[in-house]
Amino acid sequence: MSNVLAIARKELKSYYSSPIAYVVLGFFALMFGFFFYSLLLYFDRQSMQAGGFAGGPTVNVNEQFLRPVFLNATVIFLFVLPLVTMRTYSEEKRSGTIELLLTAPLTDLQIILGKFLGAMGLYASMLAVTLIHVGLLFVFGNPEWRPVATTYVGLLLMGGCFVSLGLLISSLTKNQIVAGMITFGVFLMLWVINWIASFMGPTAQQVLNYLSITDHLDDFTKGILDTKHLVYYVSFITFGLFLTARAVDTERWRG
Amino acid sequence: MIEVQHLTKRYGPFTAVDDISFTVDKGEILGFLGPNGAGKTTTMRVLTGYMPPTEGTAVVAGFNLLDKPIEAKRRTGYLPETPPLYPDMTVREYLEFCARIKGVPRGERKTRVGTSMERTRVADMADRHCAKLSKGYRQRVGLAQALLANPEVLILDEPTAGLDPKQINETRQLIKDLRGDHTVVLSTHILPEVSQTCTRVVIINKGKVVAIDTPDNLTSRLRGSETMYVQVDAMGADAGGALAGLPGVTQVAVTDTRDNVVGLQVESEAGRDVRRELAAAVVSRGWGLLELRPMRMSLEDVFLKLTTQESDAPAPSDVVAAEQAEVAHE
Repeated sequence: MSNVLAIARKELKSYYSSPIAYVVLGFFALMFGFFFYSLLLYFDRQSMQAGGFAGGPTVNVNEQFLRPVFLNATVIFLFVLPLVTMRTYSEEKRSGTIELLLTAPLTDLQIILGKFLGAMGLYASMLAVTLIHVGLLFVFGNPEWRPVATTYVGLLLMGGCFVSLGLLISSLTKNQIVAGMITFGVFLMLWVINWIASFMGPTAQQVLNYLSITDHLDDFTKGILDTKHLVYYVSFITFGLFLTARAVDTERWRG
Repeated sequence: MIEVQHLTKRYGPFTAVDDISFTVDKGEILGFLGPNGAGKTTTMRVLTGYMPPTEGTAVVAGFNLLDKPIEAKRRTGYLPETPPLYPDMTVREYLEFCARIKGVPRGERKTRVGTSMERTRVADMADRHCAKLSKGYRQRVGLAQALLANPEVLILDEPTAGLDPKQINETRQLIKDLRGDHTVVLSTHILPEVSQTCTRVVIINKGKVVAIDTPDNLTSRLRGSETMYVQVDAMGADAGGALAGLPGVTQVAVTDTRDNVVGLQVESEAGRDVRRELAAAVVSRGWGLLELRPMRMSLEDVFLKLTTQESDAPAPSDVVAAEQAEVAHE
């Protein structure tokens, strides 16, 4: 475990001692702030209109404001996370530092978990940025905290899927740009894959909907913790990390 | 300490290392010598557990690399061809990270990092980022990393590459100081380095071992006969003819002449020292004896002879060197 943490610390440190962490966090804060502001304006108008009629529809901050904000924010992660994961293995292979890790008394799994936790650390600090906005909402409004909490759980799990997939793709190439581009492409595909679902037969529809990473987030944002989605996310992450371990091992045999 | 048996490593159809076997005893410094692409780096990568062999076994510090890689790695320090530094860490941060992943106990990390930096003379750059280090410093920080956990076995891939002459001497001295406590395998293509630092040499070419022996034995074994260089001021007389008639002398060749001074290469029967007879013969004729010295084949010549041989090298063994010497001699 201490080995895993040593790698995780090193990864996190390397994000923060290069411009990567700051560019990623800055870009994310800017985009999230914009989403938050524009959806707030929209929500504001909606509640004004609703207030116009006595006995009219009621508005819900969680349902009509926070949910759309976070569902939209997943698009930002889609763009930003490939930038975080693309260098994890590629860079070490290119610079030869992989030789240090693979000849140290570490197992492949420790290295992979360390890298996973390091990238998750940066992702968590992105989520931490959003706490400012949500905090303001609690100061000036009266949202329910449970759906907010489940949303964060869902976001962490969804990010875990992206990171484990990104790690796998990075372990397959020496070239960061190639890793980044492929990662982005795969994320995008997994995001939009259920768009064609309604045109398919019932079985295909189910499969496509099930595959979509972001689709599983929906229930979390409603405040529902469904084991179906938990199982999906956790098995996705495990499978991604397992394949990464296989890829690293295969690379080793091939030389 | 290290046992390599029938080790073969193939990359696809290409065979980088072809059935090599050798052992290294505790406290030895083994030099790995060979032209570029001979398989030195591949062999070292197998020994450090970076990649498994295609065939054969390697046992390091008593642990088979296939069964117990972690145990073997715990006892091995490795300096790869390119020092594996993280550009955005300072030297101290880097070494502390290395100490952590190498399992150096928390309480000892600071002192180990300190002594390691002292030994490799990088302490003055402790707070400099690795990206900003010169080639010589990068190389020595890499070496500091290998020494960090005080491992029983050290595997150094070209430890003096990129160093200036003063640093080269310091590094060689450092490696020599390691003898006894540590078992060292180093690769190089600088030949004097081998004769200066190594107790034994493995010459490898095209993935095969062509000779294993001590540097001294290699040079003398390949000689086959004794050769002297004699420079004589013979005042116009036929010095070559006179010396060729001496007992024990098999062949005399003129190598250079300038005015009356003749330089001669005198070969004699193996094991027979003809220096006294040569000197007496020259002096008794009233010529001037300007120079008389044995011509030893340098390791450089040995290396060239062994690695530029057209015929395929037979099975690796100590006999190989002698056999090849005969071929070379004909």
